[in-house]
Amino acid sequence: MTHLQAELTVWIGGAAGDGIASAGESFAKACSRSGYHVFAYNSYQSVIRGGHVCMHIRIGTSKVYTQGDELDYLVALNEDTFKRYAKRVVPGGAIFYNTDKFTPPHGSLADRAGSGRGAGFTAAPEQAPKDVQLVGLPVMELVGNQLMQNTALMGALLHVIGLDASEIRKLLQERFAKKGEAVIKANLEAFDKGSDFAKTNGQPGGLRIGPGDGKRRPLAGGNPMIGFGALAAGCRFYSAYPMTPASSLLHWLVAYAAKTGLLVKQCEDEIAALNMAIGAAHVGVRAMTGTSGGGFALMTEAVGEAGMTETPVVIVEAQRGGPSTGLPTKTEQGDLFQMIGASQGEFPKAILAPRTLAECYAMTIQAFNLAEKYQCPVLIATDLYLAERLETFEGVDITQIPIERGKLIIKSNGEPYHRFLDTETGVSPRALPGTPGTVYTSATDEHDEDGVVISDVFTNPPMRAKMMAKRMRKIPHLLKELPLPKLDGPQEADVTLVGWGSTYQVMVEAMEALTTEGFRVNVLCLYALWPFQAEPVRQILERCKMTLSVENNYTGQLVKLIRMETGLVIHHHLRKFDGEPFEPKQVIDHARRLLKEKPKQSTVASVVSDEGLPPDFSPLESPAVGAEVSRQH
Amino acid sequence: MGQAKEFVGKIKPDWCPGCGDFGVLNALQRALAELDIAPHNVQVVSGIGCSSNLPGFLNAYGFHGLHGRSLPVATGAKLGNHGLTVIATGGDGDGYGIGVGHFVHTCRRNIDMTYIVMDNQVYGLTTGQASPTTEKDMRTKSTPEGTIETALNPVALALSCGATYVARGFSGDNLHLAQLMKGAIEHKGFAVVDVFSPCVTYNKHNTYPWFRERVYKLEEERHDTADFRLAMEKAFEWGARIPIGVFFKVERPTYEDEEPALRSGIPLVKQSLQRDDLPSIMEGFL
Repeated sequence: MTHLQAELTVWIGGAAGDGIASAGESFAKACSRSGYHVFAYNSYQSVIRGGHVCMHIRIGTSKVYTQGDELDYLVALNEDTFKRYAKRVVPGGAIFYNTDKFTPPHGSLADRAGSGRGAGFTAAPEQAPKDVQLVGLPVMELVGNQLMQNTALMGALLHVIGLDASEIRKLLQERFAKKGEAVIKANLEAFDKGSDFAKTNGQPGGLRIGPGDGKRRPLAGGNPMIGFGALAAGCRFYSAYPMTPASSLLHWLVAYAAKTGLLVKQCEDEIAALNMAIGAAHVGVRAMTGTSGGGFALMTEAVGEAGMTETPVVIVEAQRGGPSTGLPTKTEQGDLFQMIGASQGEFPKAILAPRTLAECYAMTIQAFNLAEKYQCPVLIATDLYLAERLETFEGVDITQIPIERGKLIIKSNGEPYHRFLDTETGVSPRALPGTPGTVYTSATDEHDEDGVVISDVFTNPPMRAKMMAKRMRKIPHLLKELPLPKLDGPQEADVTLVGWGSTYQVMVEAMEALTTEGFRVNVLCLYALWPFQAEPVRQILERCKMTLSVENNYTGQLVKLIRMETGLVIHHHLRKFDGEPFEPKQVIDHARRLLKEKPKQSTVASVVSDEGLPPDFSPLESPAVGAEVSRQH
Repeated sequence: MGQAKEFVGKIKPDWCPGCGDFGVLNALQRALAELDIAPHNVQVVSGIGCSSNLPGFLNAYGFHGLHGRSLPVATGAKLGNHGLTVIATGGDGDGYGIGVGHFVHTCRRNIDMTYIVMDNQVYGLTTGQASPTTEKDMRTKSTPEGTIETALNPVALALSCGATYVARGFSGDNLHLAQLMKGAIEHKGFAVVDVFSPCVTYNKHNTYPWFRERVYKLEEERHDTADFRLAMEKAFEWGARIPIGVFFKVERPTYEDEEPALRSGIPLVKQSLQRDDLPSIMEGFL
């Protein structure tokens, strides 16, 4: 009897260059088109050939929040992948591989009890659980071409899982359309031969997913959704220097550039990238640049340039593991302080941290609006985990796009024009170069209301104070426009999970799992980080009984920010800095332990001295999740 | 033809009396007036340094940005609104030192804009350290025993990186300089004008008399501005005779000509923010 599950997880692993991403994407897309919800995460390395890559694809009949923890079906394109993960495959699952590449050394042909029609391989117990079926395809013998390996394995996989093959066949046709009929035909044949082989030699998989709802769901990653939001917002200029994990934003945008009239400029470095965006923004174009932490470090000086010249510009910072070159293809939330502190001196800027694909889209539109209304740089903080995932999404409105350009002067009214006029909100009417009668100079030196530099000729302390106050006055107004933090889940809970940005969905999944177990859990995941909403965050946290921070970094930067801005100390901490995203179980297990042990603190401590710090404040005393995970792999 | 005084800014330059930059400012005002460009259609972008204060002294849209970053800002401004006359200005430290990477790549791009470098072969605003164009062995505040590095050759660098109009002027010859600038602004492509603009305070070696004794005009010696090899040869002439004038000039398609997003000819800034193709983009995710 095959039990129908609400979800399934497939991992496709091998070396870089094995075509894992395209095979995985095809599988993910076939599922998203067949009425399933999909979440895929690709764990890869900074090599073009070799190394180890593994794409985790989880599909469900309802929303799937993360890549999950389970492994139902493994496609092992090399022996390394088999050795790493075979043991994690759950009973009833299967492992697919190419027998030309390897055979499990202690594997044996064995009759499957009661099958009566052929035999699958089973592995020695130390390699894979007993009830895991091994499906080894003799690829050369079957299709006569090792290049067809992935397609043949995909055929076998779909047969064993029992998914309808029509969508993936269509995808093969789309993918190879440019290569001509012969290639399409060869791939379809390889797919069928893989499928037939599994039909003859294998068993139907013990783990089956229930039927999808037939709805075709859009599938994307955070970077394309930011790009989509930028186009919707009227962005016409994108400048960038390639850097993982922001490069896929460059690639996605440039693919649409000719069609949409977006100018995409690859630059000599990130310094040029932000300065070019500032130049385009200065003349009135909605402009954006994108990078990761290292590139953002180079942009730092120009962030202040945008602040001082009051130029609206949007900067995407897709974080990866640091410090320095760090982990180019791995995720981390280690740049929060870099973003908050970016550039010398003090000036208004905003940092938005979308938590979902729909927010990547909507908050990018909002970023352009905030940038123009407050004439300042706006950062969109993501990370590799959000930027490069593949996920089905909904809740994206493409019909009502709010476009707010703030105080923009189209035509001079004949009065003398003061570009940096001191106003009640600190926002000065902005005229664009090319407009008659409003000529001015913007300067990165301190200047007066006309833009005249006050630093060189004479220093004018009252003028300096006035202009500084004018710019900084924008902050409280900007703050009021940021989306308010809110709790997910019940208002009253025994533990509140606290985080920011990309860890949102893993916290929600943990909350739902723990709720099913009977615990009361809720989530506070922040998505507008700067200027910090101290009062609303304080009000929420003061009502929380016990708090557990979940951050993909070592030092707990959000925890420190909350403490700095509200005086409140988060009780417990779960941190991960091994480069991989949280698996739901890691959050669930930690929260469950806290809920069972019920540590003494029952409210958020409001302390200003070290004496009030909870015992596990130091990351060294916190569970070293990074180490745990390393051992698992 | 407009009047040079239309381009005179509200602020009087605060350069040292006798500074070469006065001559550059006057020549630029004259060139813009002779070209009959309206001040509101000019966007001047500068970096940081004595000479980068120029936009503040000119009646035109100005952007006085970061040290060394005038060219990327100017590039963004030109690509954002290619209807504007965009001119980047700055000094040798700004353009050939901290910003030289942008200089190299901007030459390659052939964006239709002009870059005027007030080259005084020394860092002036920071009180007299060696710059990339300081002559070898010259004693400066940062090289008390003489510079060890060879001076950078701006003309040769611009030529080798693909600039399509390469000229050198002398701020002591204002009318000649104004004609070079006029040619640069009129030129369709990236035009570089390196200007000997003596620092009367910190460079006691490359002074007005020093240049007057040495400079000669290429056009007076029937220099062929279409001959790249000859231009390169002239770029390295330095000593008793130093050439000024247009070294090289060639017409090539500009970046804007070849940029797909500008095919319609409508500047980016004039294009609507509202778009009707979102459903088809959404379809791409299915």
